[in-house]
Amino acid sequence: MHDVKSNEQPTVDLKQYTTEAEPHAYLETLDRIAPEDADRFLNVGVDPHSACRSGTFIQKDSSVIHNSTCHAGVEILPISGALAKYEWLAEKYAWKSVDPNKDSFTAGAREIPHEGYFMRIHAGTKVAHPIQSCLYIAKNNFSQNVHNIVIVEAGADAHIITGCATAPHLTSGLHVGVSEFYIEKGATLNFTMVHDWGETVNVRPRTVTHVGQDATYISNYISLKPVGSLQMFPTTYLDGPGAVARFNSVLVAAEGCHLDVGSRVVLDAPRTRAEIISRAIAAGGQIIARGDLVGNHPEIKAHLECKGLILKNGLMHAVPELSGSVPGVEMSHEAAVGKIDRREIEYLMARGLDEDEAVSTIVRGFLNVDIEGLPPALREKLDQAIAETQEDMM
Amino acid sequence: MLTIEGLEVEISGKPILNNVNMEIPDGETHILFGPNGSGKTSLMMTIMGFSGYTVTRGKITFKGEDITHLPIHERAQLGIGVSFQRPPTINGLKTSQMVELCGRGRSLDLDAMAEETNLKHFLNRDVNHNFSGGEIKRSEMLQLLAQDPDLVLLDEPESGVDLENISLLGDLINKLLRRGTYSANGPSHKALSEQAAKSALVITHTGHILDYITADKGQVLYNGVLCCSRNAREILKWIGEYGYEECTRCTM
Repeated sequence: MHDVKSNEQPTVDLKQYTTEAEPHAYLETLDRIAPEDADRFLNVGVDPHSACRSGTFIQKDSSVIHNSTCHAGVEILPISGALAKYEWLAEKYAWKSVDPNKDSFTAGAREIPHEGYFMRIHAGTKVAHPIQSCLYIAKNNFSQNVHNIVIVEAGADAHIITGCATAPHLTSGLHVGVSEFYIEKGATLNFTMVHDWGETVNVRPRTVTHVGQDATYISNYISLKPVGSLQMFPTTYLDGPGAVARFNSVLVAAEGCHLDVGSRVVLDAPRTRAEIISRAIAAGGQIIARGDLVGNHPEIKAHLECKGLILKNGLMHAVPELSGSVPGVEMSHEAAVGKIDRREIEYLMARGLDEDEAVSTIVRGFLNVDIEGLPPALREKLDQAIAETQEDMM
Repeated sequence: MLTIEGLEVEISGKPILNNVNMEIPDGETHILFGPNGSGKTSLMMTIMGFSGYTVTRGKITFKGEDITHLPIHERAQLGIGVSFQRPPTINGLKTSQMVELCGRGRSLDLDAMAEETNLKHFLNRDVNHNFSGGEIKRSEMLQLLAQDPDLVLLDEPESGVDLENISLLGDLINKLLRRGTYSANGPSHKALSEQAAKSALVITHTGHILDYITADKGQVLYNGVLCCSRNAREILKWIGEYGYEECTRCTM
């Protein structure tokens, strides 16, 4: 474990990982997934047995083990298959938003790719139930390098739930996820990502999203369970007039965990709006919660809210940034790092709760960000995970 | 129900209450008058056991038990309930969840209670988040109705409340205390008076709440000393005519 007081990013040595993994057999139907794997999927919101999903993509190590859709207008393919099928994908989308030379992780993902998903929601398609994907590491010491592309075409509307997890007992792993999302005119993408990687896994997602005219991107990120280190700073460009982006994240860092998480939104067109909300609890670990709003056009509105609690020890470092380059931008931020307010504890105690009950009620509330569009089952799962996490923290 | 004997209280080493003696018998509602800064709220906070109020002398007895040094939640569980003037917001905790917590597992008809307190649209909102003055008071009453304490401490129930809401609050207090005529469609006066009334200590500045609830006794707290104890309306009249100074002349 690294020094709790220093907030330097733990370094990841790519050479220590293997990029080779034995292939896993493709499963035609989801009921053939091994029960121990299925349990892990459920924890991150991926339900192999639910009829309430419009499509499913599951990748284990480097193998796509299942891929299906049951909604017209929803296309899901392994990225290699999509690149072979559509020439325009490489020409216009793949590696056009994320620069492969950005860092050693993107370079590694470009050099030795291990699939990833391609999802395309055809123009005007309204997808009632979420599409789910699961990226799963089962092989010890594996570096999983995936490349994902999502295209939500004009006027389409979809919710994607991505769950990331590892097999029980994994002692080492690295996940690099390069994601490029394109949300076209008038479309909506609600993207929920739930992470349960395990305390020995290092995670480096690299995401860029482009949001077109009057389109909406809602991104929810939930990481309550231990992770070795996580560093991500996805960038979203609001390219079209009236584009909207909203980010909610809920983070808990237990002892030994290092989370450096945030989002940047570049408001590049008139009437664009952005909101970043993050709730973070350092329960022995370290969290750097970033937020960066860049206003390049008048008539834009953006708000950043970053709240952190320190329970036990740990480090909570909030880094809210705003930059406006023209007159007429309206940008604000609110950051707070602290402990639980004694008045709140005593308020609840005056209603008959003992001190521990009061504290856990407040912590649960603190993490209870209103996450839009969560299916009830996932909401329940999240509430349960928050309750468990909060027990572990006390 | 509640007995306070020779109570002295300090906040950060500064004396706030000086030799307070008080007795609230079962079923009685007592009114506590006093100018700003006289220690009324401090007395209430001390009875409830909030941190920062250090009892340096004296004793608080509730239902025969010495509660002077009990933690807050044990006092609440024994049957003391308090309504706050400016309660904190608890982010992420819905008002409905708060009410359930107050009920401590008792079955509650949340919808009916919300209807009665005119808070139907607030059940799904975070407790006290952006509530107006009147909404806070009603939400406090909603929580107390769920908690159903035997001794109710009300800190200025009418402050910041418009006239229409004062009457509603009066009804709710009466219901909570099992007194008065709290609803046209409610139980008969006979049925109501057969239930044992709860006890209450009510802080008021203006006395407006006296138009809606029945007070058995009034007391005046002035500079940390209880200095008058008699009919509440009479005291209010005296204060109105001659100011609080006059009350000190009848220091007990």
